[in-house]
Amino acid sequence: MTLTDHPRPRQGSGTSPRPAAPARPRLASGARLRHHLQRYWQLWLMLLPALAAVAVFSYVPLYGVQLAFREYDITKGLTGGEFVGLEYFRQFVRDPMFTRILANTVRISLWTLVMGFIAPLLLALLINQIASPRVKSVVQTITYTPHFISTVVMVSMITIFLAPGTGLVGKLTGGSNLMGDPDAFATVYWVSEIWQHAGWNCIIYLAALSSVDMALYEAAKLDGAGRLQLIRYVDLPAILPTAGVLLILTMGSVLGVGFEKVWLMQNTLNITASEVISTYTYRIGILGSQFSYSTAIGLFNSVVNFLFLIAANAIARRTSGTSLF
Amino acid sequence: MTNPAPVPVPKYTALPRARSRRLRREPADRLVDAVIGVIVVLIVLAIVYPVWFIVIASFSDPALVATGKVTLFPRGITLGGYEKILADSRIWIGYRNTILYSVLGTAVNLLVTLPAAFALSRPEFRPRRVVMIVFAFTMFFSGGLIPSYLLIKQLGMLDSIWVFILPGALNVFNMIIARSFFESAIPEELRDAAQVDGLSYLGYFVRVVLPLSGAIIAVVGLYYFVGHWNDYFTGLIYVHSQELQPLQNVLQMILLANQTQTGSAAMSASDAQNFADQIKFGVIIVSTLPLLVIYPFLQRYFAKGVMIGAVKG
Repeated sequence: MTLTDHPRPRQGSGTSPRPAAPARPRLASGARLRHHLQRYWQLWLMLLPALAAVAVFSYVPLYGVQLAFREYDITKGLTGGEFVGLEYFRQFVRDPMFTRILANTVRISLWTLVMGFIAPLLLALLINQIASPRVKSVVQTITYTPHFISTVVMVSMITIFLAPGTGLVGKLTGGSNLMGDPDAFATVYWVSEIWQHAGWNCIIYLAALSSVDMALYEAAKLDGAGRLQLIRYVDLPAILPTAGVLLILTMGSVLGVGFEKVWLMQNTLNITASEVISTYTYRIGILGSQFSYSTAIGLFNSVVNFLFLIAANAIARRTSGTSLF
Repeated sequence: MTNPAPVPVPKYTALPRARSRRLRREPADRLVDAVIGVIVVLIVLAIVYPVWFIVIASFSDPALVATGKVTLFPRGITLGGYEKILADSRIWIGYRNTILYSVLGTAVNLLVTLPAAFALSRPEFRPRRVVMIVFAFTMFFSGGLIPSYLLIKQLGMLDSIWVFILPGALNVFNMIIARSFFESAIPEELRDAAQVDGLSYLGYFVRVVLPLSGAIIAVVGLYYFVGHWNDYFTGLIYVHSQELQPLQNVLQMILLANQTQTGSAAMSASDAQNFADQIKFGVIIVSTLPLLVIYPFLQRYFAKGVMIGAVKG
């Protein structure tokens, strides 16, 4: 509908379109803005819905984080309550649940991070060893299919299979119910995470492996390398840079144990091991309506995550030269 | 070892086809091969069997399932579980809602994501770096649960269909994938040609870029669609009306809170429990079926998205 709008101002400006862009004419800022908008208003229009979406649904809540430092007052809205400083953070540290929640969060997420990092790596090295391209692609497809199972279905499958005495796994454990066992919670969590996501997460490594130069394998074989040595000295170095970046990224979510799965796996028997920061925030914030306190806990969580990301990035830069920023 | 061995080297470099990736097997590596084969088979079984078990259990006599007599094939075939499921109005309402939210939501997602990704892919558009930072910032920092909840509440979106559609309208990661695609897969010569023809950015995007972007529309659209289909969080936090609950929240009630409508008083407690279990197997199948049906056709796109996203990181 606006097909003819654009070329006109451009011809008027007298410059040929792209190659001339670096050598912008020096104009007064007002004129430059007008010039820019004349040329790019359609791009701004295309960005508008996306910018509006993040402005409203990401930046407004970010602004609302100051609730963590204020007494929530329903009549004054998100930012009108009385300023109380770090009061709610102190309350969290003194909370009798504090140590346990923190320990649970770190335990579950560290297991998941470490195992969730190693498993796709090993799986990729393994799948890469399959000689027949057809078998390889079938195996790959099968291993990443569970990625699309919903959390609700996943947790109910876990419950069914762990059911004492009748489930596939439950039969092996005899009468004991793993879902009700606080000691088993983290294990059940990370094993099922790997079952569901390792195949998907190894796709990126397989892509890196498929680009390895065949000459490297030939050279290594001429030097007398066996299969295992090829994996160790050719395949592994090929995927380590990718792995490094992914590791840094996941370190940024050390306290970021997903809410949904833990919440759905929780029951009264395992609650001592399964209450984590995100579920606690939901419980006291949404269910208990302690808005300020709950916001403070959420903010505490974000800050710790960010510190871990910074630390992991710094360590990675010093040790391997790869880093995000 | 010191012999130059001229024959194999040119042979391999001259044939850079997929076939040539097969290396000649040394006898000493046979054992390694065998071990790898066994491990791969075990992994595949560990993934396939639980899914297969759910399928056969949903068709089998619940009493046989409970006593562990159903292992490889369905036994005492019955459709009782499915009859019960199809008679449960909650499932239908959940299904209807989820289809509505997924289709409408994905449409909005694409309308918001693709144009923005295109704008950010234009190298001559100087502000794109700053704008990109504004977007990327939200990937790492968020206000958290409570400020978001209070915002949604103030906007009057609690207990409405909009809460499923608008707050997640843009996924920054998906936008980056689409941007990488526009940058790498659409030749710049097309833009030059379009300019000669007098096409504006909008015209170029709609008439030239979109028709060439089937793959990325499929990838991003599928990511969004699966996200909507599997979304449980939104229904839990923001919606209380039963009429508006999507499938996943209905599933949670049936599967995990054990609220199956087994009803009939004549049943013994253990029969009722077995029957409830059969309904669970069936519900898992019924709810995952749509994704399983489209999956074989589209699975190559899923993986493709990972690759495109990985280019840019």
